Amino acid sequence: MPIRIQENDFDLSAEIAALRQGDPRVGAVVTFLGTVRDMNDGSQVKEMTLEHYPGMTEKALEEIITQAKARWDIYQALVIHRVGPLLPEDQIVLVAVTSAHRGEAFAACEFMMDYLKTAAPFWKKEDTPGGARWVDARVTDDAAMARWKKN
Amino acid sequence: MKLELRFFASLREALETSQESIDAPATVKTIADLRIFLVQRGGAWAQALAEGKALRCALNQHMVDANTSLQEGAEVAFFPPVTGG
Repeated sequence: MPIRIQENDFDLSAEIAALRQGDPRVGAVVTFLGTVRDMNDGSQVKEMTLEHYPGMTEKALEEIITQAKARWDIYQALVIHRVGPLLPEDQIVLVAVTSAHRGEAFAACEFMMDYLKTAAPFWKKEDTPGGARWVDARVTDDAAMARWKKN
Repeated sequence: MKLELRFFASLREALETSQESIDAPATVKTIADLRIFLVQRGGAWAQALAEGKALRCALNQHMVDANTSLQEGAEVAFFPPVTGG
């Protein structure tokens, strides 16, 4: 299944191995792994909690993969996103793409991450020394997504 | 018109509500109309859903803009801009 939303951690090597297994056409695998930082907007982050919109999240991630496959000549795409409580250094998100050559896989992976950042219904709440706070969306994420709409 | 409302993240906390079934009056035809109708409840609703607040909306679990028309039985969600990844 190319989409997973889960509380549990995941094994990067095992996921990549499964994604390309049995497909000798694959010459490139590009992955993006997002991890929890211990600092955001000048505050220490002790823990964070990820909330999502069950039902819509799956639809949004499926749409991301559908669009990536329509735009680039890629074979497989995988998105794993964790929800629930997470600590600094924890893995949060994995996007992985296989293709014959690296160019298509790099572009598709970056597109999928930019799309996920602006369209998938996840929200981060950080626990800082000053109290809990919801993370604000970044204008730079919208700008990153807008690049893909121009071409 | 019967609607299923959903609220997430900071908006859910501000409203102290994650979901609600309502029967909206006939004047509520679009998502923008629904937002105005909810603001008229006053208190936390007026504050959290005020016109200047950056909110996103989804109709039947697809992100849409506020001019989108509502249909009977639709699931309508309001939430702040997303921050996953």
